[in-house]
Amino acid sequence: MSWRNRIGMRAGAAAGFALLAAGLSATALTFFSVALWTGSPVHADEHRGSVEDVDYASPLEVLLSPDGARLYVLCQQSQEVRVLDAASYAVIKNIAVGRVPRGISLSPDGARLFVTNSWDDTLSIIDTNALVVVATWPVGAEPSSVVEDRQGKRLFIANRISNDVAVLDAQTGAEEKRLLAGRGSSYLALSPDGTKLYATHVYPNASPHRTAPESEITVVDVARAVVVDRIPLHGIAGVFHMAFSGDGRLGVVAEYHPKNLVPLAHLEHGGAFEDTLTVFGADVGKTVEVPLDELECYASQPFGVAIAPDKSRIYVTSGGSEIVTVVDVPRMLRFIHAHNGPFVQDLSASANYVVARIAVGLNPRGLTLTRDGRRLFVANRLDDTISLIDTRTNRVTSTITLAGPKTITALRHGEQTFYTARYSFQGQIGCANCHIDSSFDGIQWNLEPDGFGRSIVDNKLLEGVKDTEPYKWTGTNPNIPTECGPRTEKYFWRSENYDNLTLADLTVYVRSIAPRPNRWRLAGGELTPPQERGQAIFERSVDKFKKPIPEYNRCSYCHSGPKGTNQKIVDVGTRKPTDNTGLLKAPPLTNIALTAPYLHDGSARSLEEIWTVYNPEDKHGRTNDLTKDELNDLIEYLRTR
Amino acid sequence: MKKLCTIALLLVAGTTAFAVPPASAAPRVPVPPTMPRYRFENFTTANGLPDNHVFAVLVDGDRIWAATENGLALYENRVWKTYTTKDGLAHRAVLSLALDKRTGDVWAGTMAGLSRISGGRIDSYTQLNSGLSNDVVYGVSVEGENVWVATAAGGCRLNTRTGQWALYNERNTPMVEIWTYGVAATPTKVYYAVWGSGVLEYDQKTGRWDKYDDPDGENEIVLFKDQGLIHEIVTSVSYVDNILWAATYFGDSRYDGRYWHNFLTKDSGLPSNFTNYIKGVDAKSAWFCTDKGLAYYDGVNWAVYRTSLKDGKPEMTVRDAEAKVTPVAVTTAPAHNYVLGIDFQGADIWVATAKGLSHGIREKQ
Repeated sequence: MSWRNRIGMRAGAAAGFALLAAGLSATALTFFSVALWTGSPVHADEHRGSVEDVDYASPLEVLLSPDGARLYVLCQQSQEVRVLDAASYAVIKNIAVGRVPRGISLSPDGARLFVTNSWDDTLSIIDTNALVVVATWPVGAEPSSVVEDRQGKRLFIANRISNDVAVLDAQTGAEEKRLLAGRGSSYLALSPDGTKLYATHVYPNASPHRTAPESEITVVDVARAVVVDRIPLHGIAGVFHMAFSGDGRLGVVAEYHPKNLVPLAHLEHGGAFEDTLTVFGADVGKTVEVPLDELECYASQPFGVAIAPDKSRIYVTSGGSEIVTVVDVPRMLRFIHAHNGPFVQDLSASANYVVARIAVGLNPRGLTLTRDGRRLFVANRLDDTISLIDTRTNRVTSTITLAGPKTITALRHGEQTFYTARYSFQGQIGCANCHIDSSFDGIQWNLEPDGFGRSIVDNKLLEGVKDTEPYKWTGTNPNIPTECGPRTEKYFWRSENYDNLTLADLTVYVRSIAPRPNRWRLAGGELTPPQERGQAIFERSVDKFKKPIPEYNRCSYCHSGPKGTNQKIVDVGTRKPTDNTGLLKAPPLTNIALTAPYLHDGSARSLEEIWTVYNPEDKHGRTNDLTKDELNDLIEYLRTR
Repeated sequence: MKKLCTIALLLVAGTTAFAVPPASAAPRVPVPPTMPRYRFENFTTANGLPDNHVFAVLVDGDRIWAATENGLALYENRVWKTYTTKDGLAHRAVLSLALDKRTGDVWAGTMAGLSRISGGRIDSYTQLNSGLSNDVVYGVSVEGENVWVATAAGGCRLNTRTGQWALYNERNTPMVEIWTYGVAATPTKVYYAVWGSGVLEYDQKTGRWDKYDDPDGENEIVLFKDQGLIHEIVTSVSYVDNILWAATYFGDSRYDGRYWHNFLTKDSGLPSNFTNYIKGVDAKSAWFCTDKGLAYYDGVNWAVYRTSLKDGKPEMTVRDAEAKVTPVAVTTAPAHNYVLGIDFQGADIWVATAKGLSHGIREKQ
């Protein structure tokens, strides 16, 4: 049964939407939706519509042991590594790890399995003989990937929040140093000879306002543990896994290429994202961006990538399109060498080298090949399955279902809806294209409803978005159903509408997105002296000249409450000539330290610039009486929010 | 700006004063074996340097970084490459350099901000886009994960792990003037050279500040020799082997935590009391970058390397413990007598001057 048919069977609950618009609680809405629902399940035997946060496995990454006998499955939601027999797929053991694990790798000898726990900033070390966690080391902020060098001397860990690669003693866990990586440093790969480490990052590096995003592949000399090169990725924002051919002559990275400098108004013309690979190395001779998309066949949200042992194929998962794209390497190289100019926007290019698009499960992410290259395992994060692909036939030969809940809750269905690209025109994009891992993407967009070239907007963080209505920077969307429903469908998807149940479930999911832990706040919740001083400035009612600060011009007035917003519309003097209005909703301050650039249009590159550059008349709070020390203190406090 | 103005003024006036006894007056005798001789190869705009005004030099293995008035130049594999504002550098005029030996990152203080050069990428911090206290960055020093900065409006420290800035000025230190000119950070102590406010000392363990002033205050006389810091106008500090070396525009000082020893032209081998930069080698020896040449002190003897103030020919003199000055026959000299910085590459030295960068190649003796 096709996805669209399933959706169709669930349509007809218009009353549910009416209730949503009327502001009913999510729980009530969900149960109301369930009561109306009579169709078939989406991707499970039964759909009960509960909003309960059931512990699905949510497999994110898969890894084979060196002898190929075991399959290690990193399950993000159940927070464990599931060890399966790679032949029978029987469970050998489930090993609990830390919060929201994201990265997994083996030591070169296969004796130790490393897992980065992204929400509690730890590294779990698993003895693969005993299959127990033998150590848990504190590491950097939001560790997302880990690699050990060939000598077993050092561990390298990509930290998403601190934008670096930490270098640790592989035996003691003692941190030696941090290497500056790209913003949102997340994925690592070792060159086949072990001499170079490559790091990618999910948010673009800082660049001038309204210029193309810039990303990089950070190259580390493993022996010296220093950055020796940065391969520029022009126009790229969102770079994920890398892979190398066995001979080290071909490297490939999966990435998003947003088209954010033009109005997001032409999805029917391929106008939002290119889903691409960047290939590099001796076989290529230069760094070349290669599109995966073609008309009606988009590879939305490319994530995992693997190269066949004989270098004949590249396999790429696309979380939004729910496919694995198969690239014929010799044909791709011939095409690259025959074309001098960039062809990333050429939707006819991929037909020259893409030889298969294999449908797999929901939100496919990590993948791994057997040593002979004949079998490919793909982790389908949002339906708790592993697809097994026969690489000779490019067919899914079996689907391994991981143990866990069989029901699909409203929350789960909402998350599936959030990540899939099925609803947009020709399946080009999903919510997660701009809200990477349900958060943000660090870039600015020109959305159609405000007019072409008008009202540039910085993408906002979704974490903790619940109960911060109205939405949009201008506050013109009264609630999440409006934001995620008609607005998204009309201006982004330019395709079919969600049925009301799907919209209700999507709303439940978006409301459930929790803020990641704040890394600037001390463990006990207390504030450091600079943060305390900053809090006093944030809450002050009198300026340094003893003059009262009007209530509307105090930080703590507009940014009140636990989420830092009074949800009111205000003009803080930041209107630009291209803006339709200067009236903006006070944005929440949730994890504000992460989300540079700032202001509605992303024109402030840092928190400092909000006040040093864009507050000349003290409309955005009374701040021009502050010394530089005091402004620094205010910012230190804001980082704790 | 003051440093730039000073350079211009002293280039005009600098040739008149000459404190070291005339070299020709002494007989030519063998050089004391501890005093190094160099053959200087000089770089200017004629052979690849982007500008002849070189404010600082930094050695990173085989790579040489030169802070010039018109960009940050990198000499690698016998080729110069220049980083400019187009590459992300905060300003074309680079005043100071520091190397993070752990990561290989280079930090450059400029006339309009602080830049971090890492693997070819340049990130710049300014007083508008970051917590940096002031855009004019005279000095920078790296210690562990902290980058210590000397600016025209106080000192500051960036923790590269947390991104937190701490500012140090008259409100939270004994600093009277906030014009900090140099900084030397080590795991135990951090020293600031403050233009007009002596030397500030930060104890890394206790987090406390201390201050060293000229006991004679603003008087331009020294009432008691070696009583304390030689002068309030401190231009550079260096801390090595638990010894503080401080340079001022009116002589230089060495402090071992208990005793001060001061150096003036009248009682040492210093070629000038006007010292731009000082770099300690160990507890007893140091290099002095003055407006009248480069000097090396080995704890007993002095050597001066420069162009003769009399005839403009390359000159090396050695002053021994008995104050006897001996000329040494040389055929090369640093690019200019107005010396602004020095760094070491094995036995060789690299010297930043007002008219070019010099590579002092150590000669066998």
